[in-house]
Amino acid sequence: MLQLARWKFIVVILATVFGLVFAAPNLLTREQRDALPGWMPHNALNLGLDLRGGSYLLLEADVEALKVQRIANLAEDVETTLNRINVPHDRPVRGAMGVTVRITDPAQSDRALSELRTLVRPDPSNPGQTNFSVRRDNDGLIHLSFSESQFAREASDAVARSLEVVRRRLDATGTNEINPMRQGADRIVVTAPGVSDPAEMERLIGQTARLTFHEVDDSDRIVEALQTGRPPYGWMLVTDQDGQPRLLRERPLLTGEMLTSSSVAYDQNNQPAVGLQFNGEGARIFGDYTTRNVGNSFAILLDGEIVSLANIREPIPGGNGQISGVGGIEQATEMVTLLNAGALPVELTVEERRVVGAELGADAVRGGAIATGVAFVLVLAFMILTYGFLFGGISVIALLVNGVLIIAAMSMIQASLSLPGIAGLILTLAMAVDANVIIYERMRDEVRAGKSAIMAMDAGFKRAWVTIVDANLTTLIAAWIMFFFGSGPVQGFAWTLSIGVITSVFTAVMITQLLLGLWVRAARPKALPIV
Amino acid sequence: MSNWWPLIKIVPITTNFKFVKFAKLMATLSVIGVIGSLYLTLTPFQGPCGGLNCGVDFTGGVLIEVDTGQTPVDLSAAREALSGTQGRQDVQVQNYGTPSDTAGRYHAMVRFQPPQGVSGPVAVRQAEDTLRSALGDSIQFTRQEVVGPKVSGELFTGGIIALLVAIGLMMLYIWFRFEWQFGLGAVVGLFHDVILVFGLFAVTKMEFTLTAVAAVLTVIGYSMNDTVVVFDRLRENLRKYKKMPLRDVIDLSINETLSRTIITGVTALMALTALALLGGETLFAFSVALIFGIVFGTYSSIYVGAPIILLWGVKRGESESGDDEPEPVKLGMASRP
Repeated sequence: MLQLARWKFIVVILATVFGLVFAAPNLLTREQRDALPGWMPHNALNLGLDLRGGSYLLLEADVEALKVQRIANLAEDVETTLNRINVPHDRPVRGAMGVTVRITDPAQSDRALSELRTLVRPDPSNPGQTNFSVRRDNDGLIHLSFSESQFAREASDAVARSLEVVRRRLDATGTNEINPMRQGADRIVVTAPGVSDPAEMERLIGQTARLTFHEVDDSDRIVEALQTGRPPYGWMLVTDQDGQPRLLRERPLLTGEMLTSSSVAYDQNNQPAVGLQFNGEGARIFGDYTTRNVGNSFAILLDGEIVSLANIREPIPGGNGQISGVGGIEQATEMVTLLNAGALPVELTVEERRVVGAELGADAVRGGAIATGVAFVLVLAFMILTYGFLFGGISVIALLVNGVLIIAAMSMIQASLSLPGIAGLILTLAMAVDANVIIYERMRDEVRAGKSAIMAMDAGFKRAWVTIVDANLTTLIAAWIMFFFGSGPVQGFAWTLSIGVITSVFTAVMITQLLLGLWVRAARPKALPIV
Repeated sequence: MSNWWPLIKIVPITTNFKFVKFAKLMATLSVIGVIGSLYLTLTPFQGPCGGLNCGVDFTGGVLIEVDTGQTPVDLSAAREALSGTQGRQDVQVQNYGTPSDTAGRYHAMVRFQPPQGVSGPVAVRQAEDTLRSALGDSIQFTRQEVVGPKVSGELFTGGIIALLVAIGLMMLYIWFRFEWQFGLGAVVGLFHDVILVFGLFAVTKMEFTLTAVAAVLTVIGYSMNDTVVVFDRLRENLRKYKKMPLRDVIDLSINETLSRTIITGVTALMALTALALLGGETLFAFSVALIFGIVFGTYSSIYVGAPIILLWGVKRGESESGDDEPEPVKLGMASRP
């Protein structure tokens, strides 16, 4: 065991050099690091939010609402289809998984069924599947139902698109390093280092920014709707900016999805407005509608609230529109940001938010650094006091290399160093010397059993190895569980702990072995100085 | 060179403590400790946390840390202002840490459940305004945490699952590497340590947070580490001294690993004490839990794990009573000659 294999030398030297090179950027300032040539490692430790200050938001997508919306749209489709072919029917009933409709004239039931079947489309993301299924039961009711997996797919798709929207909106704020990430089926995590007031961020994310154009019914039907409190089927009552109720068709004429771009503009009164440019489909629909409805009005809604009401004076071809009366230039700019980033397919609510002020983070770094330094010195002193300059010193060298390797590995893979992570680092120091202690104590045992110094050292390493692996694997298992369970800071702890365990086994065993081997070769000892 | 340095020279090379002799007494103490801790942790039998002072991670709600600069925090004024208005529930205001930083700044921690129907972020803004009018405009808000009821519930169950999975995996590992009696001893030891750490949190009313769960998981890792070292030696000695009575083998093994147990324990305790004293308030509970956990873990590998094996007995190569299993029993899969 103590013969000095050349490969061990090479491995230890390579690892140490690698460690020094990758840990080195931590000694430089940010500017110096950025100036380094590209082939050199330039990553310093990646401090967690609790150490550098910043905000953490956990957003949950309201996928239930998405389901409700899908079913409402389907009900509207059913109504329109049956009206178009003049089949008498009851109002479609919205259920938990779809829509049910009764055809009041049984003779026309077949025709209705085949016409409703034309609504079924193949699912683009899942060949061989359709978006929903249509069947007729024995009572003559027609059921149009989605499957659970269809909803799950749509929800997942909506969350993925929401993530993109959130990213674009946050990018528009110009703050670097804000990084939204998906978590689980219906959640998005946003980490924003350095942002100590997430209110503005939340306002940007919290708005769905769903832009819709709706037909407005200017006739007397609204009087009846107001009296009964129940608008006609497919219509809704919305109060406009001036507090007047308006009767709007539920199904929008145009939506923000048909928008190619929006920009800050000025209206004829030179007030800030938002200019809209629709894509081909949107332009065609808008052109057709305005041509057929000169003299009528339409409403522009943002998240269900009327932001603009306009009267159609002439056909508007070309797909240009304008929302006027949006308020000041700031409001116009924010609306443009939101519209250009697109609407959120689902509403996002803040389920968890953690904010650490930059100053508190700096305090934590200072406290952590002092504690680590003191712990390091204490452990070094204790080892030298216990095992003397030679054996104690060797474990100290192993410990130093270990420290360098941990910092290098953490910098290289950019695992975040959290406040509990600093505790993990300190704990690792103790665990690292444990391997040395196991080896040394084993050697003492072997001497007691009557072996010569060199034989005892040899046997000490061999026997201790199994124990060291067993003992450290248990810590690795505990750390591994924290990855799955914990949030940011706890995972940071898991990172340092597991990296530390791996490097400490390497340094405590390999470096100790090599250095003791060199000593044996040089001194030819007859007795161990630790007995 | 003086004759006391290095210290290891004055550590007796063989010790001969009769650990097993005190096993019954210690077992009684352990059982009392465990039952007491369980009782304190669980009572009152309500809420998710019983006797633990759970943080917002597990109860949900809002936490705000206030920095009042050089003036001590007027806790009662803050408490009154927050409780009186806007329908907040479970308002708690307490001093946070000592003004230990060089600037001598005072901190307080505010916790409450947001009023019905008010979202977390809005509740934070309202509370901050209230605190500003109660404590003066110069105060700063250094930290805030808002955890919704759904997330806190998930974190709570997640924490329990993590602890159980950790203990289960440790048992499997020991079972795989040793024999099932060892696994049992190890797991009883783990439960012992974990429950005592919970008891510590219940007695001291230290805030029980996600980080505390990480501390408990680490205690599990350390306790296991310690137990494995003793078990490794026990397995080896069982093979070496086939005729020696089990209790003597256990004593021998504990004695042989004693110097290592003490040296490693002292190193870990030194490092963690530095952390507890210098690492700031956020890490205080964490380090204290680890310190006690390490003490419990060391104790349990001597007085819980090994005696359990004595209680159950281990099959050995040559059994004293000449039972009907003559073939040598392997002591774990990775055992070496």
